[in-house]
Amino acid sequence: MTAWDTQKKARYGRIEAGSRFAEGKVVSKDSLPRFLDAVLKPGDRVCLEGDNQKQADLLAGALAGLDPARIHDLHMVQSGVVLPEHLDIFEKGIARKLDYSYSGPQSARIARMLFGGQIELGAVHTYLELFARYFIDLTPNVALIAAVSADRDGNLYTGPNTEDTPTVVEATSFKGGLVVAQVAEIVDKVPRVDIPGDQVHFLVEAKKPFYVEPLFTRDPGAITETQILTAMLAIKGLYQPYGITRLNHGIGFNTAAIELLLPTYGEKLGLRGKICTHWALNPHPTLIPAIEAGWVEQIHSFGSEVGMDRYIEARPDIYFTGADGSLRSHRAFCQTAGLYACDMFIGSTLQIDLSGHSSTVTTSRIAGFGGAPNMGSDPRGRRHPSEAWLKAGEEADPASPAPLRRGRKLVVQIGETFGEKNVPTFVERLDALELADKLKLDLAPIMVYGDDVTHIVTEEGIANLLLCRDADEREQAIRGVAGYTDVGRGRDRKMVEKLRERGIIRHPEDLGIDPLDADRRMLAARSIKDLMLASGGLYDPPSRFRNW
Amino acid sequence: MEKLTFQFQTNRAAGGDKTQTIVGVVASGNLEVLLERSQTPGECSFEISTAAHGFGPVWEAVLSDFVGRSPVGGLKISINDGGARPDTVALRLAQAVRLIEEDKA
Repeated sequence: MTAWDTQKKARYGRIEAGSRFAEGKVVSKDSLPRFLDAVLKPGDRVCLEGDNQKQADLLAGALAGLDPARIHDLHMVQSGVVLPEHLDIFEKGIARKLDYSYSGPQSARIARMLFGGQIELGAVHTYLELFARYFIDLTPNVALIAAVSADRDGNLYTGPNTEDTPTVVEATSFKGGLVVAQVAEIVDKVPRVDIPGDQVHFLVEAKKPFYVEPLFTRDPGAITETQILTAMLAIKGLYQPYGITRLNHGIGFNTAAIELLLPTYGEKLGLRGKICTHWALNPHPTLIPAIEAGWVEQIHSFGSEVGMDRYIEARPDIYFTGADGSLRSHRAFCQTAGLYACDMFIGSTLQIDLSGHSSTVTTSRIAGFGGAPNMGSDPRGRRHPSEAWLKAGEEADPASPAPLRRGRKLVVQIGETFGEKNVPTFVERLDALELADKLKLDLAPIMVYGDDVTHIVTEEGIANLLLCRDADEREQAIRGVAGYTDVGRGRDRKMVEKLRERGIIRHPEDLGIDPLDADRRMLAARSIKDLMLASGGLYDPPSRFRNW
Repeated sequence: MEKLTFQFQTNRAAGGDKTQTIVGVVASGNLEVLLERSQTPGECSFEISTAAHGFGPVWEAVLSDFVGRSPVGGLKISINDGGARPDTVALRLAQAVRLIEEDKA
């Protein structure tokens, strides 16, 4: 007879094995290694929670300390490869296969280990794509997650950094998997229930908060005048004419400059209330001056940001908050919101080629994708109109009858023509291709595909790729804003001039932007301290950003 | 330090009547640009002193675009460069030419 409940029985077996090291659901820190050894099996599919922000650091350390003779060949399915332990487990032979999304701080080491064959790579995903696979073909057997606090029944409070937790628990717990949570403390009653206790099987009291990286903090003090000029181009050349109210900003100094120009330059242009009102965005400290000046109506967040908690709690009209008053972030929902309900994604990249493909991969670093390819793509399933979406659709396809024409999401790549250490942003051939060759990948790791990119903004000007009618025009439009890089200097000057006459390329002077306005005095805050003051003392910057 | 000089012909005279103006600072990745009205109206000359060696062709490209784009006839332009990137150079030059054409403060 066929057994239909093998997964349920397997979970029961894990719970029984784990209970020997627990009191009720609570496992002590000392018993954690023996507990993990008891509940894990070789070949398990394991989600070790961690993304670009919060980390189940205690559980990661314990996992890395296991005996590979007993626990080996794990298949890790997780958002972030961020902590050293995330790669130690591959070095030690505890884990073998990896499906992931983001690897910022470990990008160099993960590249070396992939080249060295120490990691068998499934695929590099976007966050939303990996979450989707949790429910189809990468469902975890065991999830090792992180929360702020728990009661003895396992009800979890995830606090402002809820992020991936509900998604990971949903996929694991409702499909026969085991959920183990590290919490800073066990309490009698949690401030709010983010994860119901019956979905959580074991708790470990870490006695300290999980690690969170302040990834979304940019010091206004480091914003250059070229970045200010580029930001003015974006505001006057894109936000204003398309009437962008709903948007997502990638991380970086270019978008930070835009945020800090809204209350000054944007105000001068009379744009308050007309642009930038609704956001899918982490709580960027650089948006504080715009929020305080009444620009922003609401923000939904993927995660929180270190130091922003008190400010968020004091601005519940702006942010999504729980019964306890603190932020409720949710990566899966916010990624969905960014995909379907935003009219623009704008972010920077490391390399752009002549077709507009962009990538953050270099030959020695594999940073992964995170959410950018999802935000930076045109959702073919979208059906609701908006001014910006319809206008972009018309520019791309003026011939089709309006009721049958798809709109287009604006996907904007912004940056200076030369990046850090004078490395050109524009290249003939992406490093990602070389990497794909070396690792024999079916797909080169492209962050934003050229056919999704609608505009490229540099200090030289804006290239509107929607208006290009063939590959030649597209290439020259890209060369035409590539400045003095080799790609830029290789332009066909006559053709670029023609593109400029057609408004495909627009320079600062075409938009009436005065170079004298590209001045740091134009920034609504010029330092982290200014941001703190703008928040009325509610923003509490992490110590590494305090220089006073 | 490398010294570079360039001379361009132009038929667009610089606007305003200030005799000189200065913009920027000498710092790593930045530059100082001094504009003086001292040449014949149809000419624009550059004297560059730069910390980064071997970028003559890039300077020539940046300056020739600048002369083609902005009214700079009759200007002698001296640059003290701390290894600024071309985008910073182009921005400073655009700022300088706007400053000299502004009314006397």
